Amino acid sequence: MDLASILLGGLAAGMVLFVVSVGLSVTMGLMGFVNLAHGGFAMLGGYAIVLAMRHWGLPFFPALALGFVAVALLAALLERTLYARLYRASELDQVLFTIGLIFVMIAGITLAVGPETQTVQLPAWLRGQTDLGLLKYRTYSLALIAFGTLLMAALWLGFERTRIGAQIRAAVDNRRMAESLGVDVGRLFTLTFALGSGLAAVGAGLGAEILGLDPQYPLRYLAYFLIVVAVGGLGRVSGVFFAALAIGVLDFVLKIHFPKGGTMFIYALTIAFLLARPQGLFGKRA
Amino acid sequence: MSTPSAALEYATRHRLRGWEALPWVAALGAFFLFPNYLAFGTQVLVMILFALSLDLVLGYAGIVTLGHAAFFGAGAYTVGMLAAHAGWSEPISGLAAAALVAGLAGWLSGWVLLRTHGLTLLMLTLCTMALLEQAANMFSSFTGGFDGMPGLAFKPILGLYEFDVLFFRSQYLYALAVLFLAFIALRVLVHSSFGRSLTGIRENLLRMHAVGAPVRARQVTAYALSAALAGIAGAVFVQATGYLNLAVLGLERAAGVLIILILGGYGRLYGAFVGALAYLLLEHTLSKAYPTAWQLGIGLTLVLVALYARNGILGLAEALWRRWSAR
Repeated sequence: MDLASILLGGLAAGMVLFVVSVGLSVTMGLMGFVNLAHGGFAMLGGYAIVLAMRHWGLPFFPALALGFVAVALLAALLERTLYARLYRASELDQVLFTIGLIFVMIAGITLAVGPETQTVQLPAWLRGQTDLGLLKYRTYSLALIAFGTLLMAALWLGFERTRIGAQIRAAVDNRRMAESLGVDVGRLFTLTFALGSGLAAVGAGLGAEILGLDPQYPLRYLAYFLIVVAVGGLGRVSGVFFAALAIGVLDFVLKIHFPKGGTMFIYALTIAFLLARPQGLFGKRA
Repeated sequence: MSTPSAALEYATRHRLRGWEALPWVAALGAFFLFPNYLAFGTQVLVMILFALSLDLVLGYAGIVTLGHAAFFGAGAYTVGMLAAHAGWSEPISGLAAAALVAGLAGWLSGWVLLRTHGLTLLMLTLCTMALLEQAANMFSSFTGGFDGMPGLAFKPILGLYEFDVLFFRSQYLYALAVLFLAFIALRVLVHSSFGRSLTGIRENLLRMHAVGAPVRARQVTAYALSAALAGIAGAVFVQATGYLNLAVLGLERAAGVLIILILGGYGRLYGAFVGALAYLLLEHTLSKAYPTAWQLGIGLTLVLVALYARNGILGLAEALWRRWSAR
């Protein structure tokens, strides 16, 4: 494969990682809640999307929207009823709670749907190849890159140019100060938790082609989601974007050259990077 | 009269109590009563040892790690590779080598990683484990990779007791002896001034810095010691079963040992015993017939423990005992 194809393939994978992880970064930055079950919400969304398409005959995009809404509602519900009890709890309790939640989600999906890998039926116009002039490449990967870039732009506008975005940024930087200025951080958190989980659901649906979709999804990619978030810097959307792209490309290259154990280098690089810059790419020094 | 009794408790808590003989009597009794379940018993003993090693860092030093299986795996691969490639299959020197390699890995990674804290530390422990797992995967022609290395043979213990793949009699007693020695060492350690300073670091980091305790050095030492113990557990596991694959390094094992410790109750040593027995008994009876229901049950249990019973089974028992004896 030539350089351009490798780059495009890696970027497409990175965009999927970005869409799935971005919500995790914001919620962790906002509340410092160690939510290991984020990938679980993504998986549930992916299943909602696949099942809606298979059983109700929903087209791809309405199914994505449905997955987003369903998971956002579920996340808001769980956040209000369960997560909220553990905000002041120790990191260990949060880790246990969310690992438990992952197991419940995995078992629930295995019982309800079964352990096999699910596939997403893409609309006809997204299948096949597109001629870019210099090279032909898979249309779907190009569409993913376009979607990820648009999402990044939309999130950037949302964070930099809206009132809610300013409140979130303020609360990530200094929660107590934001609260004393009258920002309702609890409500803000419910909102971002729901939206972030919904985005993860969309990411799982979009990325089923690349990351696959089966009940083990939340555990298999746990390390990747956490790496993207930590390398990007907690609560830094642009950081997550570049971290996800870098890791997507790196992973793609390594899987070609070292099909066995190549991801070792990603872990090694992550450790080295975080030791040099514990606050991540764009995070501020604590 | 609460202050003197509390002071008395602090002053005497290192003393041996009568009930502390119970687990050992039970373990020896099980050897004679359940001769057909010794393979399972050996597995329980190994997991107790592994959970004890985690208790030192998590329960006493307060370091939350998701990657403790890295050291279990380091020990397991040390004896496995020595036996398979170097012909070094004497078990007790194998344990020493495993402790050395795992302890070194713990000391190195602790020295590097314990600069960070919170989410970053959590993630870096996970990354270290994944790094080792992928390294073992990459050199699978040497390590056996996913498919593993079956049929590793070890020399008789002390030249006298053969490892018997079918009956596990010597394996069980061997694991019990190793566990007993490790437990004594650990019990002495946590009640020493070193152990007390670890508890101090867990409870109030700032104050420990303020009184001039060498916080990071203590943490790194505890991490390395704990890693060495985990390595011994991994080594016993491989010697007893004669089998080794990538699963010794996996997230499942790391999560499993964390669940065992939390379920039993952390920061009290005996939690590892109760947790390992409860978890493995349930797993043994449920997971073959209903693997999914088992996973669902463990998940729900974890959620409930995190929400309502943060001190695990022993914590619950203690609370009940207090309520009962206060009447």
